[in-house]
Amino acid sequence: MSDSKNAPTKGRGIKTMTPVDDTTALPASGLIGSGMEGGLVDQVRAYLSRVRGGDMGALPAVSGFVVLSILFSLLSQYFLTERNFANLLTQAAPQIMLAMALVFVILLGEIDLSAGTTSGVAMALFVVLSFPGGLNLNWVVALLIALAAGVAIGLFIGFFVARVGIPSFVVTLGLFLGFQGLQLLIIGTGGLYRITNDQVDAIQNKNLLPWMGWVMLAIMLIVSGVSAFVDRRRRARAEVPNRTIALVWIKLGLILVLGGIFVYVLNQNRGQVNILNGQVVSGQVIEGVPIVVPIVLLVMWAGTFVLDRTRYGRYLYAIGGNAEAARRAGIKVVGIKWAAFAICSTLAVVSGLFTASKNGSVDASFGHDTVLSGVAAAVVGGVSLFGGRGRLVHAAVGALVISVITNGLGLLNLGGGINLLVTGGVLILAATVDAVSRVRAGGSITRT
Amino acid sequence: MDVPIIELTDVKKSFGPVSVLKGVSLKAYPGKVTALVGDNGAGKSTLIKGLAGVQPYDEGTVKFDGEVVHLSNPREASHLGIEVVYQDLALCDNLDIVQNMFLGREETEWGTFDEGEMERQASETLRSLSVRTVKSVRQKVSSLSGGQRQTVAIARSVLKSARVVILDEPTAALGVAQTEQVLSLVKRLAENNVAVIMISHNLVDVFQVADYINVLYLGQMVAEIETAKTTSDDVVGYITGSKTYGGAA
Repeated sequence: MSDSKNAPTKGRGIKTMTPVDDTTALPASGLIGSGMEGGLVDQVRAYLSRVRGGDMGALPAVSGFVVLSILFSLLSQYFLTERNFANLLTQAAPQIMLAMALVFVILLGEIDLSAGTTSGVAMALFVVLSFPGGLNLNWVVALLIALAAGVAIGLFIGFFVARVGIPSFVVTLGLFLGFQGLQLLIIGTGGLYRITNDQVDAIQNKNLLPWMGWVMLAIMLIVSGVSAFVDRRRRARAEVPNRTIALVWIKLGLILVLGGIFVYVLNQNRGQVNILNGQVVSGQVIEGVPIVVPIVLLVMWAGTFVLDRTRYGRYLYAIGGNAEAARRAGIKVVGIKWAAFAICSTLAVVSGLFTASKNGSVDASFGHDTVLSGVAAAVVGGVSLFGGRGRLVHAAVGALVISVITNGLGLLNLGGGINLLVTGGVLILAATVDAVSRVRAGGSITRT
Repeated sequence: MDVPIIELTDVKKSFGPVSVLKGVSLKAYPGKVTALVGDNGAGKSTLIKGLAGVQPYDEGTVKFDGEVVHLSNPREASHLGIEVVYQDLALCDNLDIVQNMFLGREETEWGTFDEGEMERQASETLRSLSVRTVKSVRQKVSSLSGGQRQTVAIARSVLKSARVVILDEPTAALGVAQTEQVLSLVKRLAENNVAVIMISHNLVDVFQVADYINVLYLGQMVAEIETAKTTSDDVVGYITGSKTYGGAA
């Protein structure tokens, strides 16, 4: 790529200088393996051996989600209803967004304890700016200002962590306290602002039209398919082996079937129906995928794209794995960290927007108690707090697990005490599964 | 073969009042392994950091390919094709071999990774070094042995047309079989016409692979010898300062 004028040997590597006898004969088979060879059976076997080796990804969390869902559906007749399904999603959405926000800093081995209060400050700004009786700014302008506040807060944190070199735990703990005060100053003691804006209200309380759900699914299929085939074409062009194409079809098939069920269930009418003398007398039709769902999916897709396929994402993982190695490789560690905190705080504001939409109001204590459950969600999903390991989808699954506990126990009329106990237990269980699997993999617990 | 690719003449470096390099000269030839030995504090690391552009020399000239160059930062050094493999390997455990080899210089197309291209280049580079111990280039580095990690670090350094590779204690902390692996890799580097400068404390290793031995003693180059014309005892003498090298210019 950046060959200097002084380097006469064109191309890359030293292979062009002296041909090595045993590789010239068969270039394709001369390559070292990449684990992508073989048919479906080989791939399944390789996957199973990776899992046995401790590289489980989101598997424990997904299993946990399935087990809990089965358990609650046996215990409560309301759990497996269309309405509860939609409810679960809207309850989980803020937590999913917050957990995904935190992944960006957790990957670096850092933490942002102020993410919840950041969302509180930004949403306080939003409601004060947009309140009809007050400044009455256009809601889009107010939202942009709230998001900009998120960016600014992230840059502020990043300055102290990346530039000055203070541990993020300390910086964000300070801000966690400070922002509670700032929020109180913005909102005023005892103040509470209702969300009067229809668009913000709609995020969590309105649904896509049924056909839009199907369009959403179609877009997901197309995007997954196209990116899979672009990847395959690039690998083929470089003459390295591709995974068997059956895997692509299986993946697309799973998206089609599971996504199809998802959209179909949510497209059923889940409104309250009152029947008198065999006739429907009242009842509002509620159907369609909640509007928050495509927003979450879009952020997840964009974030995953950045983390998996761009330099920025790769460098986040590299810094989380070995910051010194990253620095020696010429990576601008300070800038990358700085940006990660900005992304985290901004997405935390989006999470706050979801919560505000769900609650219908913002008060002086809004967002104060959310951050630790966001961290818990990420850890339950399999994101390592030591940095360098984890994906956005892990955080999302973790948040779903925690939400399903809250949701299910609520349906069983078990109060907040039990809920917190169970959630804490699941967190420790998840961390144990992670640690044990890594010991079995031969790695140290503290190392990724 | 007699034209050095790197020629240091009378380089000096001091940190405050402490003069670490007191006029050192060093030559390295393409296709040859030049060993740099000396006791702790002799100035080996400082000499290397100057070549890597990490800590520029205060005085003296550096010639690369016969031309005077100024190595004032790591980018310039790597631009010329000078690569350093540090002792603490500087690999990311959580990334795989390909990702580590390309860290900081990934191949992209439309801003997204061209994984196939990177995988092929990594694989070819490893093959060109006759590496056979690595099963898959998509293995995480955390799953590799010490020798394999050293192999990856060295392969990383030669990925992009390196002409001079500086190895800092490549066999420290390795077992017997792994040391053997790495030493044969060092020889193969030289066979590929790379100028190798190897820092080592282990004279057995040095005598096994080096063509030339340079001995630093308290900031001065006290001996520059062809390996074939000296003995281990003599070199130990030069290192400890109990012997002086008659032919040293």
